[in-house]
Amino acid sequence: MNDKITMHYQVPADDFTRAGEASSSVKSKLKMMGVKPEIIRKVAIAMYEGEINMVIHASGGTIDVTVSQEEITIVLKDQGPGIEDIDQAMRAGFSTAPDNIRALGFGAGMGLPNMKKYTDELIIDSEIGKGTTVTMKVKLPTD
Amino acid sequence: MTIKDIKEILGGKLIVGEEWSDREVHTACGADMMSDVLAFMKDQSVLLTGLCNLQVIRTAEMMDVVCIVFVRGKMPDETMIQVAKEREIALITTGHRMFSACGMLYEKGLRGGATYK
Repeated sequence: MNDKITMHYQVPADDFTRAGEASSSVKSKLKMMGVKPEIIRKVAIAMYEGEINMVIHASGGTIDVTVSQEEITIVLKDQGPGIEDIDQAMRAGFSTAPDNIRALGFGAGMGLPNMKKYTDELIIDSEIGKGTTVTMKVKLPTD
Repeated sequence: MTIKDIKEILGGKLIVGEEWSDREVHTACGADMMSDVLAFMKDQSVLLTGLCNLQVIRTAEMMDVVCIVFVRGKMPDETMIQVAKEREIALITTGHRMFSACGMLYEKGLRGGATYK
C-alpha cells in the first residue's frame, strides 16, 4: 500500500440524527483495509467526537481522512464561531453545549479531551468568527 | 456472561440479537452521557443507559460495544433497531432502573473497567 487513500465527507448542519455517519463509514472502510481493531477504535472515537462537535457548535463542515503507510490523518474543518479559549476547551468537564444537546447525551466536556486521548497528535487551529480546523493523527504500527 | 444471560438476569426483552445472543460480554458500563462512555469504556462491553436515541447506537458502534441495555422500559425506534442490526449490536430493554439493573449484573459477577485515576 504505497499510495495514500483519501476519504472526504460533508457533515450536514443541525442534523443530530445523522451525526456519526461519516465516522461509521470510515470505521467500516478501515476494517475492510485490514487496519488493526485497536487503531480503528482510536480513529473512530476521535473522529466521532469531532463530528459531533461540528454538528453541535459549527453547523457542520467537512472531514478529510488520509490513510498512508505511516499514519491516519483526520482533518475536520468548519466555518463555525471558533473556539475562544482552546486551553479551557481542552479541560475535561468544560462545555459550552446547550441543554438540548446535554439531553441527547453529549456536552459532558469530554469531546476534546477524548480526541487528545485517542490520537498521537492533535492540532487545533481556530479563529473567532471564521471557523476551526482540527487535525488529528493516529500512527500506524510499522510491522 | 453472555448476552442471553444478561437478558435473563434483568428479565428483559431482546429486541435485536437473538442470532448472536451467545456472544460473551466481559465488562459493563452504566451511563447517560455518551462522551463518558467514549472516554472510559472497555472492549466487549455491555452499555446500560437511560438515554434512547440514535447516538447511543453510534457511540456503541465506535466502541465495539456488543450489547446495549435500555433501562426504565425505554424502547428504541425503528431507525435505531435498523442500525443496531447492521452493526450487530444486541439491544435489550428492561423495566428496571439503572441502579438496580447495574446491581443485578454486578451480583452475578459482571464488573466495570479499571478505576479512573
